[in-house]
Amino acid sequence: MKMLVAVKRVVDYNVKVRVKADNSGVDLANVKMSMNPFCEIAVEEAVRLKEKGVATEIVVVSIGPSTAQEQLRTALALGADRAILVESAEDLTSLAVAKLLKAVVDKEQPQLVILGKQAIDSDNNQTGQMLAALSGYGQGTFASKVEISGDSVAVTREVDGGAQTVSLKLPAIVTTDLRLNEPRYASLPNIMKAKKKPLDVLTADALGVSTASTNKTVKVEAPAARSAGIKVKSVAELVEKLKNEAKVI
Amino acid sequence: MTILVIAEHDNKVLAPATLNTVAAAAKIGGDIHVLVAGQGAGAVAEAAAKIAGVAKVLVADNAAYAHQLPENVAPLMAELGAGYSHILAAATSNGKNILPRVAAQLDVDQISEIISVESADTFKRPIYAGNAIATVQSNAAIKVITVRATGFDPVAAEGGSAAVEAVAAAHNAGTSSFVGEELAKSDRPELTAAKIVVSGGRGMQNGDNFKHLYALADKLGAAVGASRAAVDAGFVPNDMQVGQTGKIVAPQLYIAVGISGAIQHLAGMKDSKVIVAINKDEEAPIFQVADYGLVADLFEAIPEMATLA
Repeated sequence: MKMLVAVKRVVDYNVKVRVKADNSGVDLANVKMSMNPFCEIAVEEAVRLKEKGVATEIVVVSIGPSTAQEQLRTALALGADRAILVESAEDLTSLAVAKLLKAVVDKEQPQLVILGKQAIDSDNNQTGQMLAALSGYGQGTFASKVEISGDSVAVTREVDGGAQTVSLKLPAIVTTDLRLNEPRYASLPNIMKAKKKPLDVLTADALGVSTASTNKTVKVEAPAARSAGIKVKSVAELVEKLKNEAKVI
Repeated sequence: MTILVIAEHDNKVLAPATLNTVAAAAKIGGDIHVLVAGQGAGAVAEAAAKIAGVAKVLVADNAAYAHQLPENVAPLMAELGAGYSHILAAATSNGKNILPRVAAQLDVDQISEIISVESADTFKRPIYAGNAIATVQSNAAIKVITVRATGFDPVAAEGGSAAVEAVAAAHNAGTSSFVGEELAKSDRPELTAAKIVVSGGRGMQNGDNFKHLYALADKLGAAVGASRAAVDAGFVPNDMQVGQTGKIVAPQLYIAVGISGAIQHLAGMKDSKVIVAINKDEEAPIFQVADYGLVADLFEAIPEMATLA
């Protein structure tokens, strides 16, 4: 079966971001960019399903600037078969991204779409659910286990109280949580091979999708800094301070 | 302006996060209605009707809503929500799962995990794991919002006497079904609602050593959490994870034990009132946010603390 994996180019998770002086956003000039960690897990899951013989073709898609081709090439090196970039310079909202992905889903007709549960830049945690709504498909979000059998997929989900398992009719949408798998590293021969794999570039206009948004970011600020307190010398001093100074125990 | 708040519940008990969500609704202003979608959730509806400031409780009772499957409850919420100015849900795993689906059905952008209400259309929310705070304005006719509980003090659970009204709307998409769940059972307070949280990290070395934290937690009436490193190492289950992608907590007292203080973890606890760090590495970044730091071997310090506290 055909699988579609959506990936996002984001600031690398090791980078400590800084807010711009004019409060218009976060300074991304000369900052290392990578594939969103949850998206890496999505790619890995699809590749494993292909290795098991469940997936026959993996199409990887990204919505973003032309530089997102780097992340698509990474996904190709990890085992995806071909890539699609829907090029967009603007900062799109999750709904706009979901609409563009829906157009790609309509074209490609995958049986399973795997996405990361959230991007570590906007921290929205919306796109997979929105794509499921627009497609009318079932959704298995925050997945820690994905098992396909026949025309359905069983997804074990990480929920507040523990774990929940749902069964979804295919086609379906899955979003990944941290413990679904541990992504591999791309080998050098595979990185070289990935350069020859097909990568199509489309635009929102070509897909006939409006990316208008109802949200506007007014400003971006640094959070209130928390200053370091004091070091205590002993457990006795700590307990005394918590009881009499902070009055929290 | 009327606001629809989605009740968080398990068909038996109304979850406390609902009270924080109602508090956010009260800050926006206007009448507040609460939707209880579930099966046999009469006790939840009664509890919701008693919440201070709630004008009406809508109850949608249907087998299809029993497990909060988004394929079934999102169409219900989109249908009912069409008459409201705002739809609010707690940013719990249910709220995060369901509400974007509602927003997409209503063709509006969602605003995730707000931590403050600036006005009826403008909200603040953390981005980049809390390293930046965005102020977001929405011009959507219906504003769909999830609420981070730690940003709002809960309203009183008692004092209201809202009318309870049954809703007939039935939606069953037939695309998903509930198979089962494994929920952790604990006599300790719930992590996100506890006044004191004791969390362990990689420094705990193994799962068995968490018994030291449980002993201290029981002495303090605290909940027990963990860093991602401790969860990834398999010491404890994932529902104990505090951090950007785990639970967000803001207790009166947060005691971080053997936790280095990765950005990812700080994002989940830095709004705690008082932070204590106990770590044998005095260079650990956690000390930069701690009100009280103790450089010590946790295996000596924690049992001693349990005796003294």
